[in-house]
Amino acid sequence: MDFLLSDEQKQLQDLIQQFIQKDYPFDVREKLVKSDDGFSKEFWKTFSQLGLLAMPFPEEDGGYNGGPIDIMVILEAFGTGLIVEPYIPNIVLAGNLVSKLGTENQKEAILPNLFSGDMHLAFAFTEPQSRFDLNDVTTSAEKDGDNFKLNGYKAVVMNGPAADKLIVSARTSGEQLDKSGISLFIIDRDASGVSLRDYSNIDGTKASELTLENVVITKEALLGEEGESFSSIEHVVNLATLAISAEAIGIMQKMNELTLEYTKTREQFGQALSQFQALQHRMVDTFMVHEQTKSLLLMAATKLNDQSEDAIKSISALKYQIGNAAKLIGEEAIQLHGGMGVTEEMSIGHYFKRLTTIRTIFGNSDYHLKKYSSL
Amino acid sequence: MNLSFSEEDLKFQQEVKSFIKENYPADIKEKMDKGIPTTKEDIVTWQKILSKKGWFAVNWPEEHGGTGWSVTQKFIFQNELAEANTPNIVPFGVSMCGPVIYTFGSDEQKERFLPAIRDNDVWWCQGYSEPGSGSDLASLKTKAEKQGDKYIVNGSKTWTTLAQNADWIFCLVRTDSSGIKQQGISFLLIDMKTPGVEVQPIITIDGSHEVNSVFFDNVEVPAENLIGEEGAGWNIAKFLLAHERTGIGGIPHLKREIRRLRQITEDLPLNDGLLKDDSLFMDKLNKIEIDLLSAEFTELRTLAAMSAGGHPGPESSILKIGGTDIQQSLSELFVEALGYYAHPFMSESDLLSNEKRIGPDYAANVMPHYLNYRKVSIYGGSNEVQRNVIAKAVLGL
Repeated sequence: MDFLLSDEQKQLQDLIQQFIQKDYPFDVREKLVKSDDGFSKEFWKTFSQLGLLAMPFPEEDGGYNGGPIDIMVILEAFGTGLIVEPYIPNIVLAGNLVSKLGTENQKEAILPNLFSGDMHLAFAFTEPQSRFDLNDVTTSAEKDGDNFKLNGYKAVVMNGPAADKLIVSARTSGEQLDKSGISLFIIDRDASGVSLRDYSNIDGTKASELTLENVVITKEALLGEEGESFSSIEHVVNLATLAISAEAIGIMQKMNELTLEYTKTREQFGQALSQFQALQHRMVDTFMVHEQTKSLLLMAATKLNDQSEDAIKSISALKYQIGNAAKLIGEEAIQLHGGMGVTEEMSIGHYFKRLTTIRTIFGNSDYHLKKYSSL
Repeated sequence: MNLSFSEEDLKFQQEVKSFIKENYPADIKEKMDKGIPTTKEDIVTWQKILSKKGWFAVNWPEEHGGTGWSVTQKFIFQNELAEANTPNIVPFGVSMCGPVIYTFGSDEQKERFLPAIRDNDVWWCQGYSEPGSGSDLASLKTKAEKQGDKYIVNGSKTWTTLAQNADWIFCLVRTDSSGIKQQGISFLLIDMKTPGVEVQPIITIDGSHEVNSVFFDNVEVPAENLIGEEGAGWNIAKFLLAHERTGIGGIPHLKREIRRLRQITEDLPLNDGLLKDDSLFMDKLNKIEIDLLSAEFTELRTLAAMSAGGHPGPESSILKIGGTDIQQSLSELFVEALGYYAHPFMSESDLLSNEKRIGPDYAANVMPHYLNYRKVSIYGGSNEVQRNVIAKAVLGL
């Protein structure tokens, strides 16, 4: 048994850390978030050149054969730099669906462009009532000769504003909560009947509300088997849950470091804040929680990598604990920064905002506790 | 023990209810209900309505325009204001500066400043915290040097709430640096229009502009604006703190918010049912309601002790920490209720526009509120400092 990264994985980590140090200081990130795109298409190309975009794909698809552990390494490093470029929606969710389910034609049309950074994707799988339940799908796809006709509404679609193509989950048969009868479709953003309302989220990412009104598409747009997509959706969302948990671990590490540093320099009542025992104990607690949650991350990544029987259960254990740890570490970091913690000016508040949205994305602690109990 | 209101109290409650119903302007009510930010004008309009009725300076001595109400009546009044979702009373003039002036000011100062506070003709802000002096308030450095019949003020204040609206600021300033740090502090009133006063916005993580930095560059202040003696500022500050602590906290507001969240659980779809079917979520909501009951009845105990002529006991120190804990937990539970729809960010202009909001109408303020409410355990003496106060003053440690 060992918990060591391979040399390649260590290099990957160093590469991203160097990029953050050199090209991605906090003020650059702030400018990007405020720009129209909300992120840098140029940096996205840089990620392509560094091999990050093709990392978790099989060689036959033009990828580097990376797996869950590589995704973890990338996202944990991204978290420390609060990187806002849409890796999870593009690569982990949508890219993986195409790679896993796509026909040769679909793969050829999409994957090379995705890996080169020229094409953006989004995966529209949530609906207002569905929350975190992937099987709750009311968007319908009716068969109409050789075509399908889609109607429905998708909520908070990550990376919607940048996406050239959307992968949409829709029901071809069954009832609202049935696991069978869910199909996936690849739709152009400018297809007739598709309307996107784009906006910014509180954490600096971008998203869209997607309305599908009599969108007619041919059967070539079907991704995977008709009515049989639930397990693939679950698979990529599990991978994405691991990825966002890794991002959270990177953020928590950084928030703990920033807080420790701040309390050493800020003086009140004639001494550094770090000298007060009441505060020292709290920083010890946040340090321990980060370490313990990171252990769960490594466990879950390894189990997913090994396709262990209890891999899914371990993902729920992880995300449950990420939610709890994010609350503790995020809120304590702000409290220990005092008033400065709630200003736009300092990076700590921006780490806090992202960490807070991560508590919800792909399921909050309550959801994963229930799921864990049911497995 | 008797926990019910008297018949007179119930009559009074009806009177307050119908006054609010008849006089609360519909346009301001609509903004409050929809979570659209209120303007300075909205707040002044509403507060002037209360002034005109004689119900603004509720806690003041009757000779200065107070109501003479019993503590129970005051409690009922605050409850009804919160119940009707009226804008929060801006406390800096009526609850802070006013009491200082009628307690420590000269007759001349009382005549000059109190009517304008009572009638809402002047907006006050509070100049306490400084960049280097947060929880350690006594270490403040803003200097006021006496030159003839005026003070020359230099320095800066921070976290000054709504300074952008203010006509006047009451400040703690240092008039003497020779002795221990608490000794050389004075309480000075400064007209914001005086040359050398500059206000700079501080934007907070919820994207709002509520607090400011205020800079003083050789600001000339007439010596007659000093309240009390030179060096009496620290005692005045301590008086204010006690005054604040015995005031009625955010409990009526929290009761209304809990009810609102319950309504939301009956409206938000969750799979083929509603959020209220989620027992884990409802348990959390009920736990907060129980915490609030503890806080409410602790407050009532304090009020009852005061009305019997006693002093607020140790219960009052608990209220501040307990109340802010509940405020924060409840704001977090709203975020959980909304799920993904807590994430879209709406700017002030988005909120003002007529375009349909992203997600349910009530989603827009939920995350900003959670983020903004991180401040409540930091400001007004952080909860860490509050615990030190209880340790020293109550437990005698």
